[in-house]
Amino acid sequence: MTEASFPAAAPHAQGSLLAADERTRKRNAAEARFRAYGLSAIAISMIALVVLLFSIFSDGIGAFRQTYLEIPVTLDAAQLDKSGNRDPEEIKKVLTLTYGKILEQSLRAVIADKGIAIEGLTDKDVSNLISKEAPAQLRNRVLADPELVGQTVQARVLTNGRIDGYYKGRVTMESAARDANTSVAQLQLANALKDQGLLATEWNWSFLTMPDSSDQRPESAGVGVAILGSLYMMLVVLLLAVPIGVAASIYLEEFAPKNRLTDIIEVNISNLAAVPSIVFGILGLAAFINFAGLPQSAPIVGGLVLTLMTLPTIIIATRAALKAVPPSIRDAALGVGASKMQSVFHHVLPLALPGILTGTIIGLAQALGETAPLLLIGMVAFVKNLPAAPPEGLFDPASALPVQVYNWTQRADPAFMERASGAIIVLLVFLLSMNLIAIFLRRKFERRW
Amino acid sequence: MKSAKLAVSALAMIAASATLASARDQIQVSGSSTVLPYSTIVAEAFGENSDFPTPVVESGGSSAGLKKFCEGVGENTIDIANASRPIKESEIEACKAAGVTDIMEVRIGYDGIVFANDTAGPDFAYTAADWFNALAAQVVKDGKVVANPYTKWNEIRPELPDQEILAFVPGTKHGTREVFEEKVIHAGCKESGAEDVLVKELGEEKGEEACGALRTDGKSVDIDGDYTETLARIQSAKNGIGVFGLSFYENNTDKLKVGTFGGVAPSTETIAKGEYPVSRPLFFYVKKAHLGEIPGLEEFVQFFVSDEIAGPDGPLAAYGLVADPELAATQEAVAAGKTLTN
Repeated sequence: MTEASFPAAAPHAQGSLLAADERTRKRNAAEARFRAYGLSAIAISMIALVVLLFSIFSDGIGAFRQTYLEIPVTLDAAQLDKSGNRDPEEIKKVLTLTYGKILEQSLRAVIADKGIAIEGLTDKDVSNLISKEAPAQLRNRVLADPELVGQTVQARVLTNGRIDGYYKGRVTMESAARDANTSVAQLQLANALKDQGLLATEWNWSFLTMPDSSDQRPESAGVGVAILGSLYMMLVVLLLAVPIGVAASIYLEEFAPKNRLTDIIEVNISNLAAVPSIVFGILGLAAFINFAGLPQSAPIVGGLVLTLMTLPTIIIATRAALKAVPPSIRDAALGVGASKMQSVFHHVLPLALPGILTGTIIGLAQALGETAPLLLIGMVAFVKNLPAAPPEGLFDPASALPVQVYNWTQRADPAFMERASGAIIVLLVFLLSMNLIAIFLRRKFERRW
Repeated sequence: MKSAKLAVSALAMIAASATLASARDQIQVSGSSTVLPYSTIVAEAFGENSDFPTPVVESGGSSAGLKKFCEGVGENTIDIANASRPIKESEIEACKAAGVTDIMEVRIGYDGIVFANDTAGPDFAYTAADWFNALAAQVVKDGKVVANPYTKWNEIRPELPDQEILAFVPGTKHGTREVFEEKVIHAGCKESGAEDVLVKELGEEKGEEACGALRTDGKSVDIDGDYTETLARIQSAKNGIGVFGLSFYENNTDKLKVGTFGGVAPSTETIAKGEYPVSRPLFFYVKKAHLGEIPGLEEFVQFFVSDEIAGPDGPLAAYGLVADPELAATQEAVAAGKTLTN
């Protein structure tokens, strides 16, 4: 064999290794372009997220601060307790209207006392400075302690939503001049009261505890009922969807024979996961309210509907987690004489647990943000009374966080927009903490093979 | 297998819960989103001033509310349906079929419909004829029926501002739309004399239909959402004009400028006197069978129509409801338990 026996090789393109040729340059350019596409895709989604979060936080952070007025209030016995025997039943007959007048008189006394004189200040400006919620709070305070009648007490009362908006930058002197619900003189009065140290914008915990309020008093609206309603529903979902979902997937994955029937079930579960959530609402209305006679607007029905909605998600996640456990684990367990059930419950299930937990929490988070199915079962409603503690509370009317957001965005008063964004912040905090828990659990318990 | 399991668990759950579920002690209200703010204001005041729990108020529209209302009698059906229009004959029939026979109709007051544009925009003084010419699909020009040629308000009438025509009107699912078509567009058709020409040119039926048909070339935009959406649209399209409820406008006077209609500015006073023509009555309907069964229902209905609440100095009027001049008659009817049939 000589070199000459080889056919002459085609002349190979000659070039230095250090200088890239045309083809390499093209390939490198393609890669650089792809990286640029990827980076811009990430940049676009980051910008969208930042804009979204910025607009929500800049609108909503105001909901966590509230303007209060602190004035001495003289609880005139002649108006509140005509008979003078401090009988709670008698005092109960005095309506909030009278308490409103008492607050107004007290505010007038303060204005006269401090020598505040403002040009063009009308009676309506003075009476409207105080929130319409304040008389109700004062009345409850007096009913709780009838001995207060006849005394002068310090009362910390909410101010009108426009005054509150003025200190949050939502209302300006220019807009007030055009606004039928406030006036420049009213804002000047608020400023004068602020100078006297009587009016202050403070941190507002009550946003998290107070119930919804009617259109006339956005300043007192809170997410208390909504948070409780959402928690109750999550409780129901957790107690029902997790055992049912996990049991169903263990059976399907580990025990069920592989035949046409299980295939059909499998396909249907995947299909169910993609069914629009409103369909579950229709089902809930028909099955739980009309057929089973459960009450409207109750978290139990909401929880049941969301359970149906979450089940496919949990089943799919659990089956994936079970599938990810290597067959060698099962074989080893069976090999040392464990029964099928022992192998599943002692070995496979603990190893699949992090995946199951993650899937469950993500399913719950999805259910937490759901509004559509709740529309039909009466949970998109104005609910003022906090539900009782479970289990009875599960049957009391309640609302839910996403529902509260939806309700508030429809209200006429612009102050509700701030409340809606505030409720979104609360919802985001809940979702974020649930997802963090999911990540934490996965990190802590995850096993790799 | 799974579905069997599911069904069993669901049934067990229901059985368990049915024993727990006690008698309902709060009033359930559903219906019109126009009545919703008034209903919540009253519910809140009722809860504050009585020992009964605050009624639960849902919205969803007059028709949806009445449909729910007519599902039957009993604790898991609603007690009151709010409506921004009178109940229809077909709905009464549906109610009767489900056993809801004694229905009390309560008129709470009137709601004005106003036309408003951005505060920076020009002042408008509309007539019904202007609206017909601006928004109808076919108008009469020089005695002939033509597809609406107007693009600017001052082409219709020189006194109107030189501004592109763009109107945001409530979508067809809203009760407001019906009132708008009837009291504005149809009235304008008559007022401008277009009705006669349309009927003559197109025939009785088609002509009447053309009298209320809105143009579809993008100058009239249907808003299926609520007034907050209309407001947002006006803020982004400054030359737009929106159709609002009076109470919504009164809460947003810093952003909106209202136009006069037939020379009259809308307010609770002008509507109560009947000078401002575009208004409609608001109602709620009560199941008489539930009175005495649901605690507080009777008290709530009486509280709603009392002078302190629904009167001209009450909180509802302060929010924008036009108090009913015949409130005393309504109070009497409520006290007597008068139903639709007697």
